[in-house]
Amino acid sequence: MAKTPRLRPGFRFQWEPVQNAHVLLYPEGMVRLNDSASAILAEVDGQRNIEQIVARLEQKFPEAGPLAVDVCDFLQDALQQHWVILT
Amino acid sequence: MMPVNDQGVGPPLWLLAELTYRCPLQCPYCSNPLDFAQSKDELTTDQWVSVLRQGREMGAAQLGFSGGEPLVRQDLPELIAEARHLGYYSNLITSGIGLTDAKVDAFRDAGLDHIQVSFQASDPELNNAVAGSRKAFEQKLAMARAIKDAGYPMVLNFVIHRHNIHQMSDIISLCERLGADFVELATCQYYGWAFKNREGLMPSAQQLELAEREVNDYRRQLGDSGSAMKLIFVTPDYYEERPKACMNGWGSLFLTVAPDGTALPCHSARLLPIEFPNVSTQSLRSIWYDSPGFNHYRGDQWMPEPCRSCDEKGKDFGGCRCQAYLLTGNADNADPVCDKSPHHDRILAARRAADHATAGLEDLTYRNANNSRLFFRS
Ligand code: SF4
Ligand code: SF4
Repeated sequence: MAKTPRLRPGFRFQWEPVQNAHVLLYPEGMVRLNDSASAILAEVDGQRNIEQIVARLEQKFPEAGPLAVDVCDFLQDALQQHWVILT
Repeated sequence: MMPVNDQGVGPPLWLLAELTYRCPLQCPYCSNPLDFAQSKDELTTDQWVSVLRQGREMGAAQLGFSGGEPLVRQDLPELIAEARHLGYYSNLITSGIGLTDAKVDAFRDAGLDHIQVSFQASDPELNNAVAGSRKAFEQKLAMARAIKDAGYPMVLNFVIHRHNIHQMSDIISLCERLGADFVELATCQYYGWAFKNREGLMPSAQQLELAEREVNDYRRQLGDSGSAMKLIFVTPDYYEERPKACMNGWGSLFLTVAPDGTALPCHSARLLPIEFPNVSTQSLRSIWYDSPGFNHYRGDQWMPEPCRSCDEKGKDFGGCRCQAYLLTGNADNADPVCDKSPHHDRILAARRAADHATAGLEDLTYRNANNSRLFFRS
């Protein structure tokens, strides 16, 4: 929880109006993200640690309840896909 | 869901800008048209900028700068900056010849996201023989390092054929030493010069099997060591019984603009007997949605048998139109890679030929202006 995720170099997260979705762009590839993945990645700025990210999301989406498990699951997956790195 | 128009056509998410056919190398598997030297016109900087703007407005997010060798265009930094400004993820696809440390840095500062360097082999002798250039290999190594140092993701591409397919392990270990993030081991696709040279390039079934084993073993090792290097092995469809879903469907995601402004649904479609529109006389939007060229093979109404009544047509769209044309003379036909195609024997014959091929590198037709002139249409 004290670790800080950041996007792997060469990966870019951005809003695509035509697709009406956030996407992750990387060398010759693109993934369209669902709402929860987008909400989490939007908080990944290479400064905030996981704990801070969880706190911010819980504040943003109070109706969602505790989010630590969801965020960790997603980051675990993103790590495995090598989309993000932890420092 | 992706937004689509009334006809079910979605936006072109990928734009490939083939900036020029000029290239200092002579790869015998080059995907450029055989008669490339006949087409000397190139779009101006302003025209390219307009193409980029229109494409982005329509939804293109991935942009490739390729060629020929895109580095010979003096306005490349300008185009890169425009691409970044518009919000593209931009990829430079280069042989590395003509690249310098200063350019690598300048492109990064202009906003380029990624540089892909293509190699011809894992050792200088073979690399330089295939590329038709004596200093290519050293230059490529130096540039691969410069790209890494500049903080780009490193993507290395090797075109695989019968003369380098035995080098899989060497190639992968070279990539590992260089610190590559992605490695594409792409077996030749037989269009353009590669089709002309197919007999001299196509690996045998036995060579392919060995190579696949080597790649899989290496992949396992990388997985065990937790390496983030990703190996992508594109196997040749001549050894499949079902065709690839070419370009994910004609005019569904990809839009290529050739050096002279001809807009194509894929970079080899120029060889088809179809008239394609040009960006200098038509807007990209009307090209993509309305032109007969782009609508020609959309949907499945155009399909003859066996595709017409096949329950897999939604999966592979009948395969590749260019391959159908090159191998059967009619681009409407099922891709002969499919074992339901009445022309599948052409693929089987090519496999048999690959078992007995003896041609050396010196027997290949190299991609250069002199050889290109032999293919001019009068
Ligand atoms: S494949 Fe080789 S010859 Fe063709 S454009 Fe690329 S580097 Fe040049
Ligand atoms: S018959 Fe046509 S649609 Fe069916 S699998 Fe073969 S190529 Fe694909």
